[in-house]
Order: sequence, then structure tokens, then C-alpha cells
Amino acid sequence: MKLAELKGWELRELIKKGETGCKEAVASFLDEIKKKNKSLNSFLTLTEESALKSAEIVDKKVSQKQKLGALAGIPIAVKDNICLRGVKTTCGSHILDNFVPPYNATVVEKLKKEDAIIIGKTNLDEFAMGSSTENSYFGPSKNPHDLKKVPGGSSGGSAVAVASGLATMALGSDTGGSIRQPAALCGVVGLKPTYGTVSRYGLVAFASSLDQIGPLTKDVKDSALLFGVISGHDPNDSTSLKISSKDYLKTLDSYKTKFKVAVPKEAFGAGNEKDVEEAVKKAIKLMEKLNWSVSEVSLPYMEYAIATYYIIATAEASSNLARYDGVKYGYRSKDSSQLLELYQNTRGEGFGNEVKRRIMLGTYVLSAGYYEAYYGKGQKVRTFIKQDFDNVFKDFDIVIMPTSPTVAFGLGEKIEDPLTMYLSDIFTVSANLAGIPAISIPCGKSKAGLPIGLQILAKPLAEETIFKAAYMLEQNLKT
Amino acid sequence: MAITIQDVEHIAKLARLRLTEEEKLRFQKELGKIIEYFDQLKKLNTDGVPPTTHVVPLENVLREDAVKPCLSVEEALANAPDRKGNYFRVPKVVEKEG
Repeated sequence: MKLAELKGWELRELIKKGETGCKEAVASFLDEIKKKNKSLNSFLTLTEESALKSAEIVDKKVSQKQKLGALAGIPIAVKDNICLRGVKTTCGSHILDNFVPPYNATVVEKLKKEDAIIIGKTNLDEFAMGSSTENSYFGPSKNPHDLKKVPGGSSGGSAVAVASGLATMALGSDTGGSIRQPAALCGVVGLKPTYGTVSRYGLVAFASSLDQIGPLTKDVKDSALLFGVISGHDPNDSTSLKISSKDYLKTLDSYKTKFKVAVPKEAFGAGNEKDVEEAVKKAIKLMEKLNWSVSEVSLPYMEYAIATYYIIATAEASSNLARYDGVKYGYRSKDSSQLLELYQNTRGEGFGNEVKRRIMLGTYVLSAGYYEAYYGKGQKVRTFIKQDFDNVFKDFDIVIMPTSPTVAFGLGEKIEDPLTMYLSDIFTVSANLAGIPAISIPCGKSKAGLPIGLQILAKPLAEETIFKAAYMLEQNLKT
Repeated sequence: MAITIQDVEHIAKLARLRLTEEEKLRFQKELGKIIEYFDQLKKLNTDGVPPTTHVVPLENVLREDAVKPCLSVEEALANAPDRKGNYFRVPKVVEKEG
């Protein structure tokens, strides 16, 4: 049995029973990373020393029969926009390529408390802005199913780590699909939780009303396990909901339920690749076979979701990224004789193309004369998009859509055409605008052998419904 | 809505971004295309519709004004590109009118 193929819950059992030493397991993961990372570019930084030290502590707990944490011994990769004390956190950007945070993100504290092994930081589109990881200052990650294809983004490095067995689980962040889309393109499970369920303290901000941290895993059980650990109220995040974390793994014991399924007609037809559409329709047939009631519905404002999303996300980004001024941390341009020049040079040299483009767009939609026409309008249409979902969830438990209209596309294929790249987020941005939870699970492969993702959305705080439905489909989609 | 080079320069100034001439030309073209795509929202009647600024019904989250541990001066300055003693050092702030 290969350790790299085990799910987190399986590996934890093995370590608990003493069938493998934790240090030995972690060392084998680190070896694999060193062998494969050159071609995959999944990791930006390895935390070898601290990982081995944490593994020794787990081994000691096992030998002394002490209580083990929920994630004991599981190698976890962390997206490089989540702060880890004393370890470089670059956000895939030149402007932060020497930044070492003096504190841990809340999610990192929670992982450590449950004896997880953090093995490294993963690649991403600069400041999580992108759908392919091609916007990383450190070069793109590669899709393990075909090295000439993108892994998706922005949490591409995390998806690649899990898909190729370099890490058992990973954390990503999802502002408009950045967990779900790479999960779909790499053939793993990715959850964007309800807004406010996972603390954003220590997550480098991109668009604060949309950002949410979530798990990338090999199966639904691991997703439930990891979400149970990282969720819960945090006084350090003022948008954190007053909820307590829960054992979602346990809720899967009674997963056999029937669901009322809504299938939005806007998510099918022109625009989807044929293989994607067929795989998702096959999954819907399976739901009918399971005696779930499936109905077609309409989300009439979905066609406006991309425009709304890119107005709101870029506006919030232009404001959040104002902090990178070359004064307190990060890159500073060398020859500036005055402060204004220092700001302009630092930002002009420090940010990459896509980040500049989004700062420009966001500044434009917030600027005098255009604020109402774009930003104000976008916020109002966001209300319509949210109401679309509110209406559907009055009568239905879950909504089913493809995660991405295409399978993994070629490296370099869309990078020169930003609008086309933005349109690839068509099925994922709505969940962020509405604040609802959504998961992507694998539902087959294209004729060329590339993974296809099925997306399940539910109403706010209905993660339990999502896990149960996803788990049942996962069991039945196995061939 | 067409974007001019002057628009690009104006936005770049507001955003404190130094752009090369090549970047200005590229952004003029790209931003124009994307903003034209945004313009489809103008078709929708949103009179009287409340804006959604945040999806979570939370307001005025306050914490107690209690003394808690915080970063030391050394930790806070550890990432500084330039420092002098316990301060961040920056170039001249006062500028000539121009």
C-alpha cells in the first residue's frame, strides 16, 4: 500500500494503530515532493524541519498512548496566502517574496492543535487572482494528469499537491472559485464553505466580502474532517459567524437521505464542453436512480454573475492592496527620492500583470463619476443573484451544476485574453456572491482523460447537506 | 465605453501605479473591453433595490477594550525594507508643488 494514495482518515488510523511511524510517513512525503516538485511546481516552500519535529511529537503521543488530535499525522499543504509564523508567505507575488509573517493564521493554529503536519506552502496565482496559476511570480503549476495543461487556480498548487499525492490534504482559498475550479481540473474534492464559517484571520485579503478558506482533499470524508477542524467562531475575524465547530465526519454515518435537487437550465447548453455536459448529466441520472427528486429550475440572473463578480472583487481588491506601499514590509523599489515616487515605483515593479489590471479595474469602478454606474450597480445586482438562490432553496435542498465549463485547458491558452479567462469562472462566482457553500467532486473524465467536476450548492450553513449528498454520489459514482 | 490613454493615466495615478508606455497601451485596450462587458448590467432595472455589501447579517462587531499581548517592536520591524532605530525609514514626504 502506498502512503501517498491514502486518504487522511485512513493515514491517521494507520498511525494511531502504530502500523506506520508518523516521522517515517512524513519523510516519505518530503522525498516525493523533492522528486516531483520540479516538474509540477506545486510547492513554493517546504517546512521540512518543523514537519519532522511535529511528526516526532505525534509518534511520541502514539507510543505513550496519549489522545491524538483529529488530524494526527496527516501531511497538509497550505496555500501561500495563509500566514505561517516564521515561514515566507509570498502570495505568489514579487511584492511579498521576502515577507515572513510574525503570526499564525487562525486556521494554522487549528491545524496544529489537532496534530496535523504542515509540510509546506503551495503555489497560487498572484494574490489569488486567476484561474490557472499562470499568474504566479514563481511560474505556473502543472496539471498532474497532463503536464501541458493548467491545474486551474488560484489554489492550483494545493490541488496539484493532493492530486499527485505530495500532500494528503490541503488548504486553499476561494474568492470566485479558487478552490472548486482547480479541484475539478485536478480530480479532487474542493469545498468553498459558507461565508463566515472559517476565520479569515491571517489570510492575505483579496476581496473581503467574498474570500473564504476551505479544504482540498481526496474524498468527501476528508473534506468533512478538515472542515470540522477549521470552522468555528473566531474573535479575531469580525465577519466570523457565531457558530461552534462540529464533527461533520459523524454526520456522514447517517448519510442515506433523499434530496430535492434543482438543476438550473442556465448551466447547460452552449458554452460547455460536450464531455463536461455529458458527465454532469450522467450524474443527474444517477440522482434520479437514487430516487432523489430532480427538477429543472431557472436562475435568471446567473448570466450577470461574471460582470457583477468582477466589479465587486476588483473594487475590494484595489482597496485591500493599497497596503502594499513598500514602507512596512515587502518589496521596496530602490531609487525613489520622494514618497509618492516610492509608492508608484514599488507597486509598478512589485505587482504582476493581472494584479495591476485588477487594481486598475477596481480603481476605475470606484472612481468619481463611475461609482454608481458600476460599483453601486454591481452591489444591487448582487442582491438579485442572492435572491435567485433564496428562491430556489425554499423548495430544494441542493443545486447541481458543472464546476467548470471545460476540462483543464492548455498552458498559455487563455493568458493573453483576460476576459476569456474571467468567463471560465461562470459557474463558481455565484456561490461567493451569495455567500453559500458549494463543493466540487470528481464525476468522470473526458475522452482525453482529464477530470471533470460536479458542483453541489446548498443554502447558507448547510454544509452537512452538501457532505451527505456528495458522499452518497461519491459512493455511487465509483465504477 | 471607450477608455482613453488619459483615463488610464488618471486611474494609474489614483492607484499609485507606475506604468510603462507599453502597459498603458495594453491596459487601454483590455480595460475598455472588460468595462464594455460590465456595461451589460445597465440593461437591468435596479430602482429601489437594496445593495448587498455583505452576505452575513453582522453589524458593529465590537470587542472588549482589554489589554492583550501584541507584537514586540523587533517583530513589527522585522520585515521593514529600511529602518532607523525603532522607526520605518522612508524618503522625503514633503514635496514641491508641481
